[in-house]
Amino acid sequence: MDQFVLNWLFIGASFALYIGIAIWARAGSTSEFYAAGRGVHPVVNGMATGADWMSAASFISMAGLIAFTGYDNSSFLMGWTGGYVLLALMLAPYLRKFGKYTVSEFIGDRFYSPTARLVAVICLIVASTTYVIGQMTGVGVAFGRFLEVDNTTGLLIGACVVFAYAVFGGMKGVTYTQVAQYVVLIVAYTIPAIFISLQLTGNPIPGLGLFGDHAASGEPLLAKLDQIVTELGFAAYTEHHADTLNMVLFTLSLMIGTAGLPHVIMRFFTVPTVASARWSAGWTLVFIALLYLTAPAVGAMARLNISEMMWPNGTDGEPVSVEMMENDARYDWMATWQKTGLLGWEDKNGDGKIAYFNDKNADVKAKAEAAGWGSENELTNFNRDILVLANPEIANLPGWVIALVAAGGLAAALSTAAGLLLAISSAVSHDLIKGAINPSISEKGELLSARIAMAVAIVVATYLGLNPPGFAAQTVALAFGLAAASIFPALMMGIFSKVNNKGAVAGMLAGLIVTLIYIFLHKGWFFIPDTNRFDDADPLLGTIKSTSFGAVGALINFAVAFAVSKASEPIPAEIDELVESVRIPKGAGAAQAK
Amino acid sequence: MAENSSNNAYWKANVRIIQISLVIWALVSFGFGILLRPMLSGIAVGGSDLGFWFAQQGSILVFLALIFFYAWRMNKLDAEHGVEE
Repeated sequence: MDQFVLNWLFIGASFALYIGIAIWARAGSTSEFYAAGRGVHPVVNGMATGADWMSAASFISMAGLIAFTGYDNSSFLMGWTGGYVLLALMLAPYLRKFGKYTVSEFIGDRFYSPTARLVAVICLIVASTTYVIGQMTGVGVAFGRFLEVDNTTGLLIGACVVFAYAVFGGMKGVTYTQVAQYVVLIVAYTIPAIFISLQLTGNPIPGLGLFGDHAASGEPLLAKLDQIVTELGFAAYTEHHADTLNMVLFTLSLMIGTAGLPHVIMRFFTVPTVASARWSAGWTLVFIALLYLTAPAVGAMARLNISEMMWPNGTDGEPVSVEMMENDARYDWMATWQKTGLLGWEDKNGDGKIAYFNDKNADVKAKAEAAGWGSENELTNFNRDILVLANPEIANLPGWVIALVAAGGLAAALSTAAGLLLAISSAVSHDLIKGAINPSISEKGELLSARIAMAVAIVVATYLGLNPPGFAAQTVALAFGLAAASIFPALMMGIFSKVNNKGAVAGMLAGLIVTLIYIFLHKGWFFIPDTNRFDDADPLLGTIKSTSFGAVGALINFAVAFAVSKASEPIPAEIDELVESVRIPKGAGAAQAK
Repeated sequence: MAENSSNNAYWKANVRIIQISLVIWALVSFGFGILLRPMLSGIAVGGSDLGFWFAQQGSILVFLALIFFYAWRMNKLDAEHGVEE
């Protein structure tokens, strides 16, 4: 069967499954629809939260970033899992005890201030919108490939689908739909990885194969990879090259941001008990870890496969010929991806061969010139975000595996994008307009403003997604930085300290504004291309890139909040009691409706 | 007042468990995975070293263990102090 048809068969079948489950579950009861997760076993809840959490950044983008950078991008792996430790130990149980539905409600009540609630809502909207931009990038890559159109057209079509998906709506909130999405997503990610690991190492578990031996050469896989990439003039895969301070701050930003993102925290508000909030966080990480333990293997093995494809006779032999790339079926994926504009090559010196090497490395360049391969790298463009989707084709796996990955990638991107859009629209209509601007708004007006907010968010995200500030996972990392600098410190201080209203508001504003300005200075004002004053290659402050600034922003937030709080009056007695009660599990009732 | 002092003891014990857990959390990720990696470079793990393993897999496994340990330990602590739901 034609691959194009097969892809759409799998994508169609998976969507029919989600919609089918949504309709089946919806018939049950409406209250279950709103309080997804209550009365659900922590294991099931963990699986659903895993689907909610793993987006285009985790599924489509992350392994590609690891593949082309190696060890230095381990930050994504540690950061996006380590945050769950903070969430499980420092936020989830106490927020569950508090017993309301949203993050901004907790901040508003704990800091006894509508202003604090308003500021929290603004922080959530800014972080979530940035997050959606990253998802749109991923959606564009996936649709571009599977419709076999260029990236821009793919993105525009994807935006329409996301909008329809989000408006169709509430199905996002149904736990069992998310369980189905998780299953599709993890199967789609793992199966090609198992095949590839078997091909390369003979070990069916990719995470173990990564540290196993390369079957063809008998050497350890990572040693073989290091050898090949250094022979091509690239930095050794397993070595530490990045700036250490920046790497630490980047990892920390991702961790704190994970624990500050509203759509993840919200899931722990509605579990049945405080104890199950603790267990749920653990089970969520189990299901996330299944993907995250596989991702580094996917990255390393794909890098090895790509290098060997470009140098079929070994790095000392001849590079791949243009004739071979055009006629050998194993290279078909390159032609398909070339159509999206995300992969490109050019026989610059006209020798009929495509030489892939690092032309910035003088030794390797001299060697290539001496061998007559030219002085420039001829694999001119390899977008990091295509790697996971192209991976089964690179490894020459059967057509159904390729189609399965397509379905998985779209499930990851669409579910998270739709979830974020719902979060943004409810924040605007419920918290911002009804809660602050116009409390007497009718229910109809509230619904209308929710729709408008959603439409505006998707237009903004699509526009910026056309010229994204980075690869999907990098853009998402910026969103985490913003959440880290604004929300997490406020939540933590709300539970572990007795900071007052003025401190919290000043802290959140300082963290958000400073971080936002730092990001805009490096990525362009409002992410509009070419309006940036600095570049991440040479950042404003030493070696701290804009993606790593969230940790600094969080520190500013804490410092400002404590200083302002100390200089003003202590919290009232009833808020003191609230803090004390949040700390003790006893007496947690069911979550109350707002 | 008796209940208050018991609640205070409970909270102190909780904070202590959190502190110990976070030290381990930081040690395996920022420590073994990044800053202390040069010290661990002598220990080979499948074509690379222990620090690389911690950065790419080990830290995630420790994070999992930490969360489940905390859930188990806190449920016990809740019962000891009679504050369970």
